[in-house]
Amino acid sequence: MADLSVNFAGIRAPNPFWLASAPPTNSGAQIHRAFEHGWGGAVWKTIGAPVLNISNRYGGLTLGGQRLVAINNVELISDRPLEVNLREIAEVKRMWPDRAVIVSAMVDADPKAWREIVMQIEDTGADGIELNYGCPQGMSERGMGAAVGQVPEMCQLNTHWVTSVTRLPVIVKLTPNVTHIIDPAHAALAGGAHALSLINTINSVMKVDLDTLLVTPSIGGQATHGGYAGPAVKPIALHMLSELMCDPTVRKSGVPICGMGGIQTWRDAAEFLLLGASALQVCTAAMHYGYRIVEDFVDGLSNWMDDKGFATLADVTGRSLPQMSSFGGLDLGYQAVARIDPDKCIQCDLCYVACNDTAHQCIDLYSPEGVKVNPGFNVRDGGKQVAQGRATPVVREPDCVGCALCANVCPVDGCIEMVSVPSGRPSVTWDQLTATRPAVTQEWGAMEAYREEAGIEIH
Amino acid sequence: MERSSPAVPEPEVYRFQEALPPLTAHEATVEANRCLYCYDAPCLQACPTHIDIPSFIRKISTGNLRGSGRVILEANFLGATCARVCPVQELCEGACVLGKDHQPIQIGRLQRYATDHIFERGVQVFTPSPPTGRSVAVVGSGPAGISASAELAKLGHRVTLFERRDLGGGLSTYGIIGLREPVEVSLREVEAVQNLGVEVRTGVELTDREGLNVLLSQYDAVFLGLGLGAVPALGVPGEEAVLDGLEIIEASKVEPWRLKVGPLALGERIVVIGAGNTAIDAATVGRRHGAEAEMVYRRTENEMTAYRHEYEFALHEGVRFTFLTQPVGVEVEGGKVTGLRCVRMSLGVADASGRPRPEPVPGSEFVIPCDTVIAAIGQEKPALAAQLGLALENGYIRVDDGLQTSEPRVYAGGDCIRVRGSASTVMAVQDGKLAAASIHAALSASPVAAD
Repeated sequence: MADLSVNFAGIRAPNPFWLASAPPTNSGAQIHRAFEHGWGGAVWKTIGAPVLNISNRYGGLTLGGQRLVAINNVELISDRPLEVNLREIAEVKRMWPDRAVIVSAMVDADPKAWREIVMQIEDTGADGIELNYGCPQGMSERGMGAAVGQVPEMCQLNTHWVTSVTRLPVIVKLTPNVTHIIDPAHAALAGGAHALSLINTINSVMKVDLDTLLVTPSIGGQATHGGYAGPAVKPIALHMLSELMCDPTVRKSGVPICGMGGIQTWRDAAEFLLLGASALQVCTAAMHYGYRIVEDFVDGLSNWMDDKGFATLADVTGRSLPQMSSFGGLDLGYQAVARIDPDKCIQCDLCYVACNDTAHQCIDLYSPEGVKVNPGFNVRDGGKQVAQGRATPVVREPDCVGCALCANVCPVDGCIEMVSVPSGRPSVTWDQLTATRPAVTQEWGAMEAYREEAGIEIH
Repeated sequence: MERSSPAVPEPEVYRFQEALPPLTAHEATVEANRCLYCYDAPCLQACPTHIDIPSFIRKISTGNLRGSGRVILEANFLGATCARVCPVQELCEGACVLGKDHQPIQIGRLQRYATDHIFERGVQVFTPSPPTGRSVAVVGSGPAGISASAELAKLGHRVTLFERRDLGGGLSTYGIIGLREPVEVSLREVEAVQNLGVEVRTGVELTDREGLNVLLSQYDAVFLGLGLGAVPALGVPGEEAVLDGLEIIEASKVEPWRLKVGPLALGERIVVIGAGNTAIDAATVGRRHGAEAEMVYRRTENEMTAYRHEYEFALHEGVRFTFLTQPVGVEVEGGKVTGLRCVRMSLGVADASGRPRPEPVPGSEFVIPCDTVIAAIGQEKPALAAQLGLALENGYIRVDDGLQTSEPRVYAGGDCIRVRGSASTVMAVQDGKLAAASIHAALSASPVAAD
């Protein structure tokens, strides 16, 4: 069985599944129960400045009947007295020495305030500190959370205040509410961060109720933006994670990254690991289904690693990163075409309509007799036998640009494959082309001449 | 005798709730979201009325139930009836692409969900066009007649719908057991054509050519949706004691007390002769009245004309089947039925219908003890057709592609033209649509006569 144990910037845990700083880690009783279910660690719900929470706090997104595809919240940091939190943190750590207990903190941008809370956290025996520079709602208006994370100078300064006074590993949790995630990451490293974590929640307005016309969640008839999380944000989190992991400064620093944002199953977790995460945090999935989900996280990841021959998490972490490139580094000579497996095709014709209406018009319909036909029906026909005479979609390969829309809309697994074919075009990247033949990238006339020379036909 | 709008019978008569419960909002949403929204969809093609099924299901998934119901009713005015009585396994659901390797979408139940929404809220889906000044008589208020009336009224023609019985709806009202379609559903469809301005005149019967001539003198066109004739005679001794399966079904819907007392009273042991869908319905009615019910059929289950799902439904209801058995006489003592005398059959070579010909096994006579015998062995060709002076084809009214009869201003549709068998409500609805389109084209082509 694969070894799932983690040593993340010196923080040890039996597995990489940690509860993120959020409502699931609000109290000692909760984290105790979570650890009983098998979570490898927990980041205590952010402690710090005195706050008052309001009612209600969550907006949910339902898509196609699937509830909580995303959630947004207007919840603030812990509203329980600081002393209570600190006492419970110490109790939990004493009871669970093998689990990672990390404390998320957020205070005013003041070195004294930071020093004070860091000392209190150290006294609990916790394994690490996470600096919450992320929350986009509520705290940012008070100059904390995302207000720090969005300004690199503030990020560096605040981080420095903490790292200069503590012996604990310091994780800086980044906000995705920036245009360039690298800037705050560099700032955190410059401030001495031992690790990074991302993503925090994304600014959002969840929805408007069509019956009441109220913006949801409605707090006494008023609403505000909230932090967006859950399965729907995973691609954004994966992007930011891979951006960090491909950044030379971050790589050189060697700091590990704790990935989070939409991890709902072990499969999502494995994707975060493959793109460079060394540990993981989970919140929305636990809020949706409870702590019990961790059992399949551990079991599924372990089985998958066994199947793939990965012995430790280090074998997995970053394994898919070498594929990441920029657009300018992609091979313009590469050609794929869509191929539809007629035996698997159920003739829903979604590929046909998608290609015909919105892509490159290269799928035709052929009757069982092999005749090219148009969509349509005879008003006098009826009965299930019409399904037998139904036309099958076929890709006209010379006209297929390989956009893969059809493969994406096809409801049948493995029915439409994107097949690599010889293009007859020179293998060259845009960056190479720009460097060797700048005129091609500057003038349409030169571009057309190049296309003719390279045998590139545009449909 | 004429009556105004049909009266809804007492609610207490319904001991037959629909066999399938309505979908809950959650069930409907989940099911609708399972639909792939196929392009050029096979379900739509398989539906004889070509309801845009992917669109109406999409609208359920988006919460646009009024729009969904409208999509259905635009293509099929009897969408609520068809949602319940259509052999969906043979039509839309049978063609669903998801049926290829798993469960097709429950199109019939979703259609019922959407049309129920319309009717329960009394939503007026259609408004008639401005009057054209033309008038059409529609004879028979079954599915073909209602469909034709609705389409013509929507186009602005003045329509009078004639029905010989007390209640409108024809087959939907009188011929489909309440387990499949409660009588309110068909009566609501009658009401819906009335809301379009169609005048429904019940208790009026067209009986002969003279009557047709009167209609032709008063209306610009006539549509005949006459249905079929009576159950044919068995031709066995004691036949006069046999009950008519259609009458039993009719009574179970509109006057269930008649199944308790009087000539239609059901006993405790019922034998139904036949193995079509009507026979199954009659046997089911018997079961729901607490009787033992047995069906006798001269061939085997492979040849029976009932749909497979109807057969399974009957088995589920506890109906017993005795195959390869032909009735040869009804045993009657003191005016009461005591048994059905039968003979065993064996299957021989194929007959004209392509099915093996059943042949009696010599010396195999036996009696099935029972107190009620019901016959449901099909319906005769429409007797009226022969009396109207229209050209016939094999006993049915002959029509062209536009459903026009041999007479220019007379059109026909539904079971009375179904020469090649396989009659169904949904095909009658389509006939009504096609005939209405032909009538409209003909009326639009000729100028309105000055008064």
